[in-house]
Amino acid sequence: MAPGAWTVTGIRAAVAGGDLSAREVCAHYLDRIAATDGRLHAFTTVLREAALARADEVDARPLLGVPIAVKDVICTRGVPTTAGSRILAGYRPPYDATVVSRLLDAGAVIVGKTNCDEFAMGSSTEHSAYGPTRNPWALDRIPGGSSGGAAAAVAAGQAPASIGTDTGGSIRQPAALCGVVGLKPTYGRVSRYGLLAFASSLDQIGPLTWTVADAAAVLQVLAGPDPRDATASTEPPPDLSRLFPGNVRGTRIGVPRVALADGVDPEVLDAFGAALAMLSDRGAEVCDVDLPHMQYAVPVYYLVAPAEASSNLARYDGVRYGHRAKLDGAAAGVSEMYARTRSEGFGAEVKRRIMLGTYALSAGYYDAYYVHAQRVRSLIRNDFDRAFAAVDAVAMPTTPTPAFRIGERIDDPLAMYLGDVFTVSANLTGLPAISLPAGLTQARLPIGFQLVGRPFDEATLLRIGDALERDAPWSDERPPAFA
Amino acid sequence: MQYETVIGLEVHVQLHTRSKMFCGCPADYQAAEPNTRTCPVCLGLPGALPVINRRAVEYTVLTGLALNCRIPEFTKFDRKNYPYPDLMKGYQISQYDLPLALDGFLEIDGDTQLGLGRRRIGVERVHLEEDVGSYDDRGEGYSLVDVNRSGVPLMEVVSKPDMRSAEEARQYLTLLHSIVQYLGVSTGNMQDGNFRCDANVSIRPVGSQILGTRTEVKNMNSFRAVYQALEYEVVRQREVIEDGGAVVQETRGWIEEREVTVSQRSKEYAHDYRYFPEPDLPPLRIGPERVAELAAELPEFAPQRSARFQADLALSGYDADLLAGSRSMANYFETTLTAIAANPKAVADYISGKDTAARFLMGQVMRLTKGQAQPELALRLVQEGLELQKTRGSLEP
Repeated sequence: MAPGAWTVTGIRAAVAGGDLSAREVCAHYLDRIAATDGRLHAFTTVLREAALARADEVDARPLLGVPIAVKDVICTRGVPTTAGSRILAGYRPPYDATVVSRLLDAGAVIVGKTNCDEFAMGSSTEHSAYGPTRNPWALDRIPGGSSGGAAAAVAAGQAPASIGTDTGGSIRQPAALCGVVGLKPTYGRVSRYGLLAFASSLDQIGPLTWTVADAAAVLQVLAGPDPRDATASTEPPPDLSRLFPGNVRGTRIGVPRVALADGVDPEVLDAFGAALAMLSDRGAEVCDVDLPHMQYAVPVYYLVAPAEASSNLARYDGVRYGHRAKLDGAAAGVSEMYARTRSEGFGAEVKRRIMLGTYALSAGYYDAYYVHAQRVRSLIRNDFDRAFAAVDAVAMPTTPTPAFRIGERIDDPLAMYLGDVFTVSANLTGLPAISLPAGLTQARLPIGFQLVGRPFDEATLLRIGDALERDAPWSDERPPAFA
Repeated sequence: MQYETVIGLEVHVQLHTRSKMFCGCPADYQAAEPNTRTCPVCLGLPGALPVINRRAVEYTVLTGLALNCRIPEFTKFDRKNYPYPDLMKGYQISQYDLPLALDGFLEIDGDTQLGLGRRRIGVERVHLEEDVGSYDDRGEGYSLVDVNRSGVPLMEVVSKPDMRSAEEARQYLTLLHSIVQYLGVSTGNMQDGNFRCDANVSIRPVGSQILGTRTEVKNMNSFRAVYQALEYEVVRQREVIEDGGAVVQETRGWIEEREVTVSQRSKEYAHDYRYFPEPDLPPLRIGPERVAELAAELPEFAPQRSARFQADLALSGYDADLLAGSRSMANYFETTLTAIAANPKAVADYISGKDTAARFLMGQVMRLTKGQAQPELALRLVQEGLELQKTRGSLEP
């Protein structure tokens, strides 16, 4: 369309359709003014810089019109944020989390808050005070947790993307069980301001999407420095848009074979092997790596995370927000109010972890448990650092088994915890990790393939992920009941 | 039996920064309506995170340097966990084992009545933490919480138990107060709660090396109260022992109206604070270069300034201490001397009896202090300076 013929409706369609940028349109008209107003004198003031800046703002909305679901542990101003807990029933934060502001600035549309295990503590979303979420691939099975709602929403086509949180695997594990992509960024890559803290040194926010390119697009918006979060990296994130199509020629992938020896479902192992073979066919070099301290990752995690949680959850005391127990009689004082509020407001799993964590930090036990666990944590990190001298990514299954039935492990916390064996290392070490769909079991349940990368090297994970996704026979699979 | 008193002081100093310790809220809360100096961070709302106030760290390092402390290269914050309605997060961000400053001292004149002369009182550590809100239990089934003070930067100076009497405690406190005020890191006003003192007191037979059981004395809201409370507590402990009893380790509050300390045993169940490093804040490295830069900012403190006034101007100790008493007073006085030295004609006029000379010089002082000095004070200082000039014949040393 010739510029002279531009109409309001024509420009709107062209900009929305991506044929023209707002800057191009703006620059055209500013140039025309410059060329003609000497003769006409129609303008008293021309806002050249301000107009171009505003046009740039309009252009910089990479998620314009994209609906996103947000896990209910992330603050959304004026909108209930419950953390899946009764203790925050009806709580409406007076502010948006940084990630929410960024999504909104990028033009995204928040369609709702998703269900999760209470305060992100759990691997099945069965610990939500509002009832479990179901797996779209089999409604009698768990979707995983704690970001079960976020994963199920994407898998069932309720939103093209969601953001979840991952402290011990809570993005990657539900992504694996629901057959979608789930990315936990490097610790510090995404601001935690506005995330209801579970374990401060482990929590990270990340995207759940159908494709790897989508995960990159959402991460690009979420990531970056934030003066409100002292643990967020001050380095700007790299441009993730140029990674695709992903090329893995010469990329070295390490597998900790010893860790896979026990307790992994045979179908999961087969799918894992098949995915490695596909990457190998595309030019990746697969080898073994040794991560001798990974066997301690689960016990270390279940000391460090509850310890930090016991402190982070102290603020839920009924004084300023959330549930406050009704007391009978003037005799009851603050201590009783605290005890009743928290007894009524917290579920069993949260109470379990608060008690574990308090114990691990208490006088006489602090050195033996918390400090000791933190020391082993650095040994686990040293293992990965050594591995990354030889490989670009470490590969493992995301979970040892596909989705189990709702209710199957609810009475066996330890069995539940042991399912985190492949995911917790990435949180303890702060390294980025991604779960990729890797096919379905005979029973048509999804299996996840996981990659762990160098610090701040989400790009490599996305690149490899994209290579796996391209032409993968399972990439078009959808849950039959929600296709 | 002769007893020796052992006193250690913990002083909490509110720092005079523009913002709170871990958020951008204004730190000047005294005159504000309740709950108007708040944000998600100092309210302890779900999802909020702390960010370190750089100036508060610098003020604490400066204070440590002024107290002759060592500034370690690495320092960090820790969480002190306990539940109370005035503690928003259920933990206070403080410092446990790697404080900002360690192993310093202050020199006091000593309690001459005990035959003790000038010596050093050890400063164990200086660390940084956040203040808590205020909690007002109204009885009748309700209490009120004001969050304004929550998060205001608080510097804690912990002395070694080196003081031997209430008089020595008074000297230490006065000197510490003067230092923080001279540095400009705090207004140091006890009545406003900017400068709070808790004392640890015990007694032991003279010559014994073992410390007696100590009590913690709180709620002393003026220097005079500190002096009286310590005097009282020492006598109380001696009477307990001489009656055949033993001093109970407990917290006691000073009751101003009755001039006694009273056991606050309800606060006494020993808290396990479950200290652990604050995961939301990275540790800090303060390198020797930065420490040197800060050390260069240290002013001359009251004792040194007073000594200089005495030596150079032959002022009496009393007068010199008065003039050096506050940094602004000392500065104005020196400005006055500069104005006088620069205007020999005005001095000559004054000496020959012309009144207007003093007013003229006052104007000069106002100009030199850019209108900061109060006119009446400036006039008084001018008159003192002129008298000094007259009697000594010169202001040169």
